[in-house]
Amino acid sequence: MMLTELTIAAAQGGLRRREFSAEELVGAHVAAIDRLNGRLNAFITVTSEQALDAARRADAILAGGGDVPALTGIPLGIKDLFCTDGVRTTAASRMLEDFVPPYESTVTANLLADGAVFVGKTNLDEFAMGSANITSAFGSVENPWKRAGDAETVLVPGGSSGGSAAAVAARLAMGATGTDTGGSIRQPASYCGIAGIKPTYGRCSRWGTIAFASSLDQAGPMARTVEDCAILLQSMAGFDTRDSTSVDIAVPDYRAACGRSLKGMKVGIPAEYRVAGMPAEIEAAWEQGIAWLRDAGCEIVEVSLPYTKYGLATYYIVAPAECSSNLARYDGVRFGRRVPGASLDELYEATRREGFGAEVRRRILMGTYVLSAGYYDAYYLRAQKVRNLIRKDFENAFQTVDVLLTPTAPSPAFAQGEKMDDPVQMYLNDVFTVPASMAGVPAMSVPAGLSQSGLPLGLQVIGRSFDEESVFAAASALERAAGFTHRPAVRAEVV
Amino acid sequence: MSLDPATVRRIARLARIGIDESDLPALQRELNGILGWIEQLNEVDIDNVEPMVGTGHAALRMREDVVTDGDAREAVLSNAPDTAGPYYTVPKVVE
Repeated sequence: MMLTELTIAAAQGGLRRREFSAEELVGAHVAAIDRLNGRLNAFITVTSEQALDAARRADAILAGGGDVPALTGIPLGIKDLFCTDGVRTTAASRMLEDFVPPYESTVTANLLADGAVFVGKTNLDEFAMGSANITSAFGSVENPWKRAGDAETVLVPGGSSGGSAAAVAARLAMGATGTDTGGSIRQPASYCGIAGIKPTYGRCSRWGTIAFASSLDQAGPMARTVEDCAILLQSMAGFDTRDSTSVDIAVPDYRAACGRSLKGMKVGIPAEYRVAGMPAEIEAAWEQGIAWLRDAGCEIVEVSLPYTKYGLATYYIVAPAECSSNLARYDGVRFGRRVPGASLDELYEATRREGFGAEVRRRILMGTYVLSAGYYDAYYLRAQKVRNLIRKDFENAFQTVDVLLTPTAPSPAFAQGEKMDDPVQMYLNDVFTVPASMAGVPAMSVPAGLSQSGLPLGLQVIGRSFDEESVFAAASALERAAGFTHRPAVRAEVV
Repeated sequence: MSLDPATVRRIARLARIGIDESDLPALQRELNGILGWIEQLNEVDIDNVEPMVGTGHAALRMREDVVTDGDAREAVLSNAPDTAGPYYTVPKVVE
């Protein structure tokens, strides 16, 4: 049996039936990381020894039988934006190159309490700012997929959770945590042929997750099946008094939702997502998804979200503004990198010049400008008002439909070096994912098929606030209909 | 709205990010590119629209006014780039 090919759901059963041990399961993934991480660069920090120790403890618990925690012995990758107690957490920035948190984030603490084993900290765009995982101070991540007939060209995994997506796609981990501010779970999931959900804002605690844009940041799972994402989100989600934006409502049974019938579900197709110049193969994948949901018993309804076309421009005011405020804490005094200076201001300026990469500096400057005296009303306040109009678009649509179906990204994965010259061109990768982030509603990407070049294409299901269950139900139906069994060229069992 | 080099310098100063004169042309071009693109928001009618501050699902909660954390000086200082006893250090600020 190829242990790295198993789903989390299958491994849960196999471990409990003692068909294989947690040490064997984790060991297979650690061996795959040893073999492939040098090339893919999906992990910034690999924690093989701690993982194997944890696996042996999991085996002792499994040997005792009875009611074993859900994720006992399951090897996961953790985006290097989640603080992990005693394990270096870098945010892929030189600023935090040597930062070792003395505490555990709520999301990772929840996973550990459920028995999960962490094999390492996954690479990302610096401070989660990017759509191609090329801004990491620890080097870019290689997408394990290759264009058909082109084994040479290195493709990007998407971003910012690119290391998580690449690790899961290449079978270096069974699942991974991601964070999503404007598409950072969904877009890399689409580029790497896996599933990933950004839950409702407030569903997962932000405590202990390094902040980028606090009104948008939300943690979520990435895995190879919709059901595996449901299993992981079940553990990650929940109320936390340490996050003032955490919402105190019960977490439903997400796994059960995956098997729900879609008879009578109303699916909205937003007219405004048919953007000019959308590639024919993206349009075709979308049409195929519509047909699949119709066949599953859904009623398809055309809807209008007139303000969502302003989502991206709004995002690039709101997110940099919040980023400039959040990243003010990196001052070279209390933690992180310090570059000496003759005065305090010189110390700050030298530290922040050297510690931050170009994209992070650019966003801090942008955010500083839109918040500065005389420009706050023209940019930031206006953006907050447009954001409200975008949210109302979704509220109006959800008066008549249960979920929305759109493409996840306007293209398949592109090559390293493409779209790199102009920041605005890079930002356009997130055109379909940003509006749901602005509204705070849950959204999931699920693999739907391959492009003409042989690369995965994802479809996005967007739901009402706190109705991840309908999202899981619709995404599961798409997954069953798509029968996506393609695997990337670079993966664990290919030596 | 277009940023001139003096404004870019001023923003960098406000953000406490050191920049070289040689960085200015590229930064100015990139920031103006982004600003030009977000100008599209000016066509939206925002009269009588409330700004959206959060998603509105979480209400701020009251709790007992008691100490819930603390007594972790070693942990708090453990990542400081430089300390003197139980203090962070900075260059001399007051003459």
